[in-house]
Amino acid sequence: MSGPRLDIAVDGKRFDFLPEPLLERFELVVEPSSVVALVGPSGVGKSTLLRMVGGIDTLFAGTVHVDGMPAAAAPPAGFVFQDARLLPWLTALDNIRAVRAETTAAEAAEMLHRVGLSGFEHYFPHELSGGMQRRVALARAFSVNPRLLLLDEPFVSLDRTLVREMEEVLFVLIASNRPTVLLVTHLPEDAAMLADRAIVLAGRPARIAADYRFDIPRGQRSREQREAIANEIAASVSTREPAA
Amino acid sequence: MLFPSRLFPTPTEVGAHVWTLATTGKLLPDLGKTLTRAVIAFIVAMALGTAIGIGLGRSRLADRLFSAWVVVGLNVPAIVIAIVLYIWLGLTEFALVLAVVLNKLPLVIATIREGVRSFDPAYDDLGRAFRMPYLRQLRLISVPQLMPFVLAAARTGLSLIWKIVLVFEVLGSDGGVGFRISVFFQFFDIKGIFAYTTAFILVVFVFEYLILRPLEHRVLKWRQPR
Repeated sequence: MSGPRLDIAVDGKRFDFLPEPLLERFELVVEPSSVVALVGPSGVGKSTLLRMVGGIDTLFAGTVHVDGMPAAAAPPAGFVFQDARLLPWLTALDNIRAVRAETTAAEAAEMLHRVGLSGFEHYFPHELSGGMQRRVALARAFSVNPRLLLLDEPFVSLDRTLVREMEEVLFVLIASNRPTVLLVTHLPEDAAMLADRAIVLAGRPARIAADYRFDIPRGQRSREQREAIANEIAASVSTREPAA
Repeated sequence: MLFPSRLFPTPTEVGAHVWTLATTGKLLPDLGKTLTRAVIAFIVAMALGTAIGIGLGRSRLADRLFSAWVVVGLNVPAIVIAIVLYIWLGLTEFALVLAVVLNKLPLVIATIREGVRSFDPAYDDLGRAFRMPYLRQLRLISVPQLMPFVLAAARTGLSLIWKIVLVFEVLGSDGGVGFRISVFFQFFDIKGIFAYTTAFILVVFVFEYLILRPLEHRVLKWRQPR
């Protein structure tokens, strides 16, 4: 199994409350089964780009194709939001089944097992810790589409221990399914840990300020190497950050 | 004795009188009539009010057009609606039930409208992101968000209906708890009034503890205990 190729060519994306377009003549190609981190300051347009790829935001000029198919018409991506966004009235198992009618209880239970939540199938979200809720959200995303994963700041507001836990779960899932992953983050450390490629966005309209491809495969990077990558990305982000 | 016993019957006397009225009097048919009216009015008002409330909650234009009427409905004295309907439609069963419905309807509309307005748009995003079909979104996302408001409307609506049905029965009907109490009133029969009130309260308790609370527990069991 391999993930789809993403072809993004946005001629223009505006919001009424912004004087300038958020994106203009923005082009990006994401190779199949690659893990690409979109890094940049808040408000630069990373999440908007992700929503366009996910087919949630269709109000823009241009095209976003998933394996040659318009994003809105392509099979839904496995989307992980900034918050767990579980339906509080459904159990962990039912949250996974809710978003895709074809998912059986056994499949949902298997997904929970893969994210380390066996035995928590019938727990309501409020009975789970923050980290566990995020893992259910990850399991839900994978159950919908194990080929394309869109992660919108999936580690935000988690402490570093929980981030490590989540990253380990992600490592295993990515290794076994080889999905295409678009990871939005403002933390260069996340990109250094998980991504094959990091794209730094800056300015308005947003443009690609830097595009890093890492030679050392993820999972084989030492701590020092990850820190070096993160520092490089961080330097790139800070030099492109507009003055307040 | 400080108070004349005819005006202040003891609980035992009232209890015994309930039994007498239930076995030899008209207590059960009267309760049946009142309950039938209340239940029909409740179902109609809840169904209509929920539909209109969702409409007003979803459409800003509809809300702008009709919200003033909701305010009017919430504040017009119940008795006015009943009298006007009795004049227009006669002292009929239909007029009585319609008067109850019209009195309860604005309360349901206002509650449900607030419920719809409080929907979390993040869940709409979730439905869009995973391309959930409309009916599935309705069943799994919208209805559960609305249920606490539907239950609140049911509970407040039911208590309102119990009260106004009786008042309207006093005003113009040929039977029912309210009608009978008005007859007792004419004879200053306090024991009869208390007996009917006791029986009525028992019915309300049955609704509360055998229907509403179990339903509430079942529907809202996901809520975090406070």
